[in-house]
Amino acid sequence: MSTTPVETTDLTTRALTTPGGGTTRDGAVRLRGRIPLSIVLAALMVYFLVPFWWLIVNSSKSSAGLFGGGSALWFAEDVNYLENLSQLFTYGGGIYLRWIGNSALYAVVGGVGATALAVLAGYGFAKYRFAGRRVSFAILLGAVMVPTTALVIPTFMLFAQVGWTNTIWAVIFPTLLNPFGVYLMHVYARDAVPDELLDAARVDGSGEFRSFFTVALPLLRPAIVTVLLLSVVASWNNYFLPLVMLSNNQLFPVTVGIGLWQSTASTYGAAGGQSLWSIIILGSLVSVIPLIIAFLTLQRYWQGGLAIGALK
Amino acid sequence: MTVHSDNAVARKRRRLSRSQRHNLTGWMFVGPFGVIFLALLVLPIGYALYLSLFQKSLIGGTRFVWFGNYLKAFSDPSFLSGVGFVISFSLVLIPLQMAISLAIALILDVLVTRFARFARLMIFMPYAIPTVIGALMWGFLYSKNFGPLGEFFGLFGATAPDFLSTNLIFWGLVNVVTWQWAGYYMIILFAALQGIDPTLYEAARIDGASQWQIVLRIKIPLVAPALLLILVFALIGTLQFFNEPKILQQLAAGAIPDDFTPNMYAYQQAFSLANYNYGSAISFALGAVVFVCVYIFLFATRKRGSFLS
Repeated sequence: MSTTPVETTDLTTRALTTPGGGTTRDGAVRLRGRIPLSIVLAALMVYFLVPFWWLIVNSSKSSAGLFGGGSALWFAEDVNYLENLSQLFTYGGGIYLRWIGNSALYAVVGGVGATALAVLAGYGFAKYRFAGRRVSFAILLGAVMVPTTALVIPTFMLFAQVGWTNTIWAVIFPTLLNPFGVYLMHVYARDAVPDELLDAARVDGSGEFRSFFTVALPLLRPAIVTVLLLSVVASWNNYFLPLVMLSNNQLFPVTVGIGLWQSTASTYGAAGGQSLWSIIILGSLVSVIPLIIAFLTLQRYWQGGLAIGALK
Repeated sequence: MTVHSDNAVARKRRRLSRSQRHNLTGWMFVGPFGVIFLALLVLPIGYALYLSLFQKSLIGGTRFVWFGNYLKAFSDPSFLSGVGFVISFSLVLIPLQMAISLAIALILDVLVTRFARFARLMIFMPYAIPTVIGALMWGFLYSKNFGPLGEFFGLFGATAPDFLSTNLIFWGLVNVVTWQWAGYYMIILFAALQGIDPTLYEAARIDGASQWQIVLRIKIPLVAPALLLILVFALIGTLQFFNEPKILQQLAAGAIPDDFTPNMYAYQQAFSLANYNYGSAISFALGAVVFVCVYIFLFATRKRGSFLS
């Protein structure tokens, strides 16, 4: 092809066939296309944010304001955050704070433990050609496809045999199992830690574990933060496992606790459960704040990291 | 000559000891996870299979019934309707969810503004919300008491649809799950799109491709592995559907029975009816159905995907 006709077709197709506006060199849309796309994006954003807005607005309302027939998406005349907060933290002997503490304990211990195991195993699979590696890795990939909830009832039955149900370990132990985390670490470690670097460390007389801690770990940091975030979120958000394992409400994580309040309030109907609804709504709002803060502060790490498994 | 062979011997010796060292250290790295894997995955699966082969009855006590529980499950209308629901739910939900997250990712890929960065973060936000809270929030939004739907439809003189009713609960749940996960999938797709070499677009434009052609012929084919990964996640997640319907069950009086999904049915059998053997059989059957579905799917698409290759 000669250059001149190519350039003209390029210009004409740009002008004729791209109503959204042409693009600049780096693929970004020019001003003309920006406006409609931004409007679409804004509309989508509203959809994703409406439930949060509802929660923020309605946790300010007293029971009277909630059921008073005012607008559902705007504040009532009296803004009751402080009163609702004090109710939330004192209801049932301050059990809500205990639930938040339990959630944090399960998420941190389970999340850190699962991440540590995943980092070690993923690195081992990526960097050592040990006997049985291919078979174990194939089994691991199969395990990624096993639905975790299918394991909950059998695990409960097993734990019941040894008296572990209704303890914190009944929630923490199963959280340690994260086959997908191992897979992610394997994919990342394979490319991020060059074999030559490890060989160089060996020549310098560094032991395998010292090389792991001083050479590999710093290189794996983005993947470690990602797996940690994913495990902490999975654990903080878990509902089915603690619901099955725990019957002592002092051990509940916040998800099971709020579920319990919700079913109590529903059973008593709108009349009897009225005072409970305002603390359920505020309790929901408070329970989502820690993870939102974690995501906002750590965005530098997870934004790239979440895609590890998807990029080849 | 001698030097050379000496070197070769030394190299061989080093390689041997190195492979042994690899064996031992490799297993030391993988071992701790392996122990957890055996204790919390292999053992429960084995135990579920074992339990599921027995039946407890009032007269005969517990007796071995071979695959009796499975025969019962696969002819039990409650289990079958639950399986039917999660399959039809997946067929509607997953394409919708993927289309939405792909559309947003494609917009964000070309819209490089401060607002787009902000929107990306906001759209991702629901992922940080526990599914229990997400379902509860939408339950409130749907409800006649607290929700804005009545107000909104009232503006047009219409009555609001009741997403907590038997007829519309399907769509109510589709909406909750889409809202919860589309942002997460969008981030995965967005990162995959950002990983595409921009010179490809340049080359395509020189060849006269329009923006749409670039999207359809370059961007979407190149993020196909990411789409496949999302599809597998969504399939595994949807087939074990439990949290959202369990939470909405209270708010949607009567629209969600105890056998709504296979997992809810297993929970009811095991914990409301203390029928552990049958509950284990349902859990195992569900796990097997999910595993087989996903495996067949990955096998069918293995040429394009990268997950199992």
